Formats: sequence, C-alpha cells, structure tokens
Amino acid sequence: MILTDPQRRTVLKSGSGALLLGMLLAAGLLPGGEAQAGWNSAAFAAEELNAVLQAMGAEEVSASDELAILAPEIAENGAEVPIGVTSKLADTEYIAILVENNPRPLGAAFILTPQSVPTVQTRFKMGQTSFVRTVVKAGGRLYTARREVIVTRGGCGF
Amino acid sequence: MSNPSRMRAVHKDGITEVRVLMSHVMETGLRKDETGAFIPAHFITEVTARHEGEVVLQVQFGPSVSTNPYLVFSFRGGARDELVSLSWVDNRGDTRTDEVPIR
Repeated sequence: MILTDPQRRTVLKSGSGALLLGMLLAAGLLPGGEAQAGWNSAAFAAEELNAVLQAMGAEEVSASDELAILAPEIAENGAEVPIGVTSKLADTEYIAILVENNPRPLGAAFILTPQSVPTVQTRFKMGQTSFVRTVVKAGGRLYTARREVIVTRGGCGF
Repeated sequence: MSNPSRMRAVHKDGITEVRVLMSHVMETGLRKDETGAFIPAHFITEVTARHEGEVVLQVQFGPSVSTNPYLVFSFRGGARDELVSLSWVDNRGDTRTDEVPIR
C-alpha cells in the first residue's frame, strides 16, 4: 500500500502516526517459502542504500563473481538506461536491481519460478552517475555485485 | 483506459524469450510542477507474466523504472501459438492484461 505525501503527513501528525505508518509498511521483500511477497513499500520507498537493504532483509550478502550486470559504461540518456542481470548461481529465485545514487535506490525486483531463465532486463531512470547493484537470492543465500554506470545527462527530471 | 503493452514471445531451443514494452507514465512522485507542487506518484508496481495461465515470472517495479517500462525475460518451455500474458497493476489500482501467442 502506498501513501501519498499528503496522506503520510496526516498520518504522522496524529500522535500515534509514526507507529501506524510503521505497521502499514510491508516487510519482507525476499521470497520465503510459498508465500509471495507483495509490493514491499518500505524497500521501494527507502531513500538510502542501507535502508533499502535492511527493508529487504538483505544486510548480510556475499559478493559473487557469478552475477553479471549488463549496463552501458556510459549512459547518454539518463531517462532510459537499459540494465540487466544474469545469474550463473544455481537455484536463483530472486534478482533485485538497485541504483545506489537514485532518490529511491531500489529499482526493481524479479521473483523467479522454476521455469525462469535467470536473466532479466529492464530500463531505469538514473539521476546521476551511480553504482548499479544487484542483490540475488540463490539456494537460500544472498549474493551481490555492482558496477558503475556513468550518466552524462540525468533522467529523473528534477 | 490504459494503452496496450506491445509484446513479442519467441521460442528457440526449448526457451521462450519475451520482450515487452508497457505503456505507462511511471511518474515518480518526486517531480514538481510549475507551481512547486509534487506531481503525484503514478507507476506500475507489480507485473505478472504467465505462460498458458501459469505464472513464469513476477516483477515488482519501483518509481525508478523508466516511462513506458521495457522488460525482457525468458522461461524454459513454450511452443508455437501457446499464449504468454502480461498483467500489470499500478499504485492507483489500475490494471491491464495483454497476451500474445508464441512465435
């Protein structure tokens, strides 16, 4: 559930607002067992990398060489930067793509099925040069990799 | 009423590759208009891809995804004329589904 800015201000103004807001934010982005996580508003609304990783339950991750990030070295149009991830890890079940310097670093999360090929691609707005990071869950464990994408013209429209 | 997603699904060597271009403004909620007011967030939050009715991929989008989201993914299986569908939901609860036969 997403609250608009005016709604969030109204909730926070009332004394118990902060607690209510906390309760309203979903937790647990990473798939565990048979339950499919809904849209994790806490992770997608987080404004800073560590807060994103915390909301994802992904504070403890191992660096992996088995993750390839497909992205241009230099993105000339920050409004549409194609970014993909391929995982060579066995039993890849989840792939997240983060743009570390974006106002909302969590870009997208892919929840795979046994039929999925572990390669995904989409396009992101990038406000400035940034590390693009992936967080992957494979075989029940968390892995990460990152690479820098240089942005010559930012695409967040600010 | 939203515009259709343009989608193409091609199978080769036991794998079906799907490319989709969705139609959506993907407004982040962080931009301001000329008066200085925030333009409300309006973006696709969840995408579900199905092959013959069975989910093959779920995707969650944040506001950083580009306007008119582009998506490429593949799944094992699929044969000519079997249906691949793509559904999305946005933060206002709008939703649409498009489907295409595998080539």
